[in-house]
Amino acid sequence: MSIWEYANPVKFIRTTDLVLPWIAAGAAICLVTGLIWGVFFTPDDYRQGSTVKIFYIHVPAAMMAINAWAMMLVASLIWIIRRHHVSALAARAAAPVGATFTVIALATGALWGQPMWGTWWAWDPRLTSFLVLFLFYLGYMALWSAIENDDTAADLTSILCLVGSVFAILSRYAVLFWNQGLHQGASLSMDAAENVADVFWYPALVCIAGFVLLFVALVFLRTQTEIRARRARALLARERQS
Amino acid sequence: MIALLARDLRLAVRAGGGFGLGLAFFLIVTVMVPFGVGPETALLARIAPGVLWIGALLACLLSLDRIFALDREDGSLDLLATAPLPMEGIVTVKALAHWITTGLPLVIAAPLLGVLLSLPAPGYLWLFASLVAGTPALSVIGTFGAALTVGLKRGGLLMSLLVLPLYVPTLIFGAEAARRGAEGLAVQTPLLMLGGISAGALALLPFASAAVLRINLR
Repeated sequence: MSIWEYANPVKFIRTTDLVLPWIAAGAAICLVTGLIWGVFFTPDDYRQGSTVKIFYIHVPAAMMAINAWAMMLVASLIWIIRRHHVSALAARAAAPVGATFTVIALATGALWGQPMWGTWWAWDPRLTSFLVLFLFYLGYMALWSAIENDDTAADLTSILCLVGSVFAILSRYAVLFWNQGLHQGASLSMDAAENVADVFWYPALVCIAGFVLLFVALVFLRTQTEIRARRARALLARERQS
Repeated sequence: MIALLARDLRLAVRAGGGFGLGLAFFLIVTVMVPFGVGPETALLARIAPGVLWIGALLACLLSLDRIFALDREDGSLDLLATAPLPMEGIVTVKALAHWITTGLPLVIAAPLLGVLLSLPAPGYLWLFASLVAGTPALSVIGTFGAALTVGLKRGGLLMSLLVLPLYVPTLIFGAEAARRGAEGLAVQTPLLMLGGISAGALALLPFASAAVLRINLR
């Protein structure tokens, strides 16, 4: 019994079929509980008023946007080293989910920024590096869809993911440097996990768990879809040949 | 390797190689800017370093597809791949040739174009220095992008989408060094970071480019 057994697509589909309903239900329960708890049963922040409630979507989405890229990085490494197709397909399946989380984080951030900072968008280091991360997601997905041969596409995108990770981290710190030179620095961004009170922290924790489960469920589902789509294509090709 | 470099340079300089095109593009972008933002000298002087950096970056980007596409079409890339030279060496030489034919003319032309945008006097030296330190990174990163999209028809737009995010750190440090130079501030930190990015990209990215090229030629 090792984790590599799940590199077998049949085994992967069978196992994920078994756990998918539980994970999806867990995600739904966590998100519903966390959001209702957070939105209706926590006090308003004394300075931010009720806008503080965007926090329960904004922070988990932002966390998962970064973690999705990390998961793609690991999956790409597994593909390059051990050449398990499921791994490459999982990386492919995670990209649109991660991109969506990035958009959610940016959009809720803009909604929050409008009443708090008086602007939808500022070239704050955090915002800027998230926008750059979104561009990386776009390029990654565009490269996947541009190449016809599946193995070539998996190889090229996984190398792009590796190189992109290095440059994404580099951009993060470059942006930090760039903005300190221009604006008053990080007084705009709120360092959430450190200085938030327990009243807000517990529902946020439930929301984060919900987002993690949601991400896992979506990636499982999309990977299954990719596997089945590839199998259907293979069957069609065999049919045409005979 | 030297023979390959000489061949690439000859191909670029002779007719149809498009040697001056990047330079002409740089010139026209710089000329367009005052039309877009207005001819006030103070404003132009303030944005000049950034505009010149973006112009150089775009000129670099537009010339990238020439690195491998022509060789791929006439089959010489396959010959090169089977040559005793390692793929990493080929990729490095290609990047070097791209820098000599595109990056170096841009570096030399940039101070002249600075006059058009009324760049402040102390800025010329630092603009030149930041471009010298930064354009090798642009060529090396661009070679990676070109290798990634070499097998694709109409890969040009896709390549911009892939390469431009990778250019972000280089542009930030480069434009910052030029801006600080123009305003008479200390330029050492961004300039050192820029050199670091160039050196790091030159040392590591050829391996990635070579791997990608091998996959594409499979």
